[in-house]
Amino acid sequence: MSNVTPLKREHRAASMEAARPVSIEIKGVSKTYKTQDGDVPSLRPIDFDIFDGEFVVIVGPSGCGKTTLLKMVAGLMPPTAGEIRVGDKIITKPHSGVGIVFQSAMLLPWRNVLRNVMMPVEVKRLPEAEYRQRAMALLKMVGLEGFEKKYPWQLSGGMQQRASICRALVHDPRIVLMDEPFGALDAMTRERMNVELQRIQRETKKTVLLITHSIPEAVFLADRVLVMSERPGTIAAVYDIDLPKPRTLDILSDQRFVEMTKVIRKHFNAQTDGA
Amino acid sequence: MSGSSSGIIRLLQASWLRPLIFLVFLTVLWDLSIRLFNIPAYQVPKPADVIHTLWSDWPSLLANSVPTTIATVQGFVLSALFGIPMAMLIVGSRTIESYVYPLLVFSQSIPKIAIAPLFVVWFGFGMLPKVLSAFLLGFFPVVVSAVQGFKSVEPDMVDLARAMEASRFQTFRMVRLPHALPAIFSGLKVSITLAVVGAVVGEFVGSNSGLGFVLQRSIGNFELPTMFAALVLLSLIGVILFWILDLIERVCIPWHASQRQDLVLAA
Repeated sequence: MSNVTPLKREHRAASMEAARPVSIEIKGVSKTYKTQDGDVPSLRPIDFDIFDGEFVVIVGPSGCGKTTLLKMVAGLMPPTAGEIRVGDKIITKPHSGVGIVFQSAMLLPWRNVLRNVMMPVEVKRLPEAEYRQRAMALLKMVGLEGFEKKYPWQLSGGMQQRASICRALVHDPRIVLMDEPFGALDAMTRERMNVELQRIQRETKKTVLLITHSIPEAVFLADRVLVMSERPGTIAAVYDIDLPKPRTLDILSDQRFVEMTKVIRKHFNAQTDGA
Repeated sequence: MSGSSSGIIRLLQASWLRPLIFLVFLTVLWDLSIRLFNIPAYQVPKPADVIHTLWSDWPSLLANSVPTTIATVQGFVLSALFGIPMAMLIVGSRTIESYVYPLLVFSQSIPKIAIAPLFVVWFGFGMLPKVLSAFLLGFFPVVVSAVQGFKSVEPDMVDLARAMEASRFQTFRMVRLPHALPAIFSGLKVSITLAVVGAVVGEFVGSNSGLGFVLQRSIGNFELPTMFAALVLLSLIGVILFWILDLIERVCIPWHASQRQDLVLAA
């Protein structure tokens, strides 16, 4: 399964040598939406560094600006103040360093699975043949081999979401941003997808920034869990999850795992009670 | 073409025969009503007389169908060529939308039959007033449904394309346009049937050929079978054009829910 190796890129080799190179640097970033009723603060200034190859999960109450933060990292909207750096670039507009997975798979219904996965390649006008092989390897990795010619509506929700993960990975970005990627799936599929995502991340060594509402999901997947406060959001706490990886579903009943989820949940409840 | 005979039989059973059976039923009902209620022939002609007229006047009816069909198709094509870009402009710019959209709606509340004579004054008795009249009736559903189609794209879908660094044109070509196609097609289907009406309205007010002209003349002469025969042909034109459009739609958007034929593969 190691046939999904990152494509060669010179500028990366240098940064890989440092001990723990920073992948995403968030410096004093805040966001205020301008509406007709005046300014609506969404994010209070945030400082946070995400390391290369790290799996960071953000949990927080609805409307706390999690998605806003994610969109700013993707360059889809500029921060009101502060700056976000990916590599050595300050992010102000969309850039090729990220792949995005949304809550619903957002596959284009008029494209088959393979052409959906190849969409970033088409948009960026990358060499088709080379990336086609990569797309096929990715589809094989997520267990969608043989479904390349199927249309999204012919797949189950979990399969669609796996295809959209392939689409986020096809142009070999360093960073994968996921906004509640499994929120629309049933509990069983969701657990399976968590195991798969962990495996994919370990195989591709991507930096992942994932948003979720599920505390067990956060603890299961994360190297670090970032808890956000009520709107206007900011970082309320950061938890290192030092449970050994790879984790299996058995860990869900592990004492340390349960402890960890309790700690985070307590934090959550305290917050909402205070509000 | 061997092996297609079973396919033809299936087609007949499924999609063709049912409306035809219903049509036969309605015709029988029509005939029976005339007999039962003693409706005089100068009010409603017998189906047999209409069929006889269709048979005997076929060459002249067919000759008059040609200009009506041409005017309809030209008016329809104009509607599409004007309607879709207009919808793109309306969706693309709030300013254009606020200036133009209300006026378009306003223009639709003007009775077309009232301004059709004006076209004759301006452009004479040729093809142009008919085409314009067909266009005037046909373009509005295209604009409305295309606007709705372009606007109903999910913002996340557009964000997805933007995150891939897609240009505005790429986003339009890969996301917005295909997404809007089903809505555009449903607008086009309404438009083509209205274009037939528009062409006939054009022929009513100023023409010396076409089915509208035949209608006008036969009413004047109390030739009810001829008038009904013209009506039959008009609906036939509408049905055939609609059907052609339906075929084009099937080719263009085979992925859409309305066109799906095989079963969803659950896994």
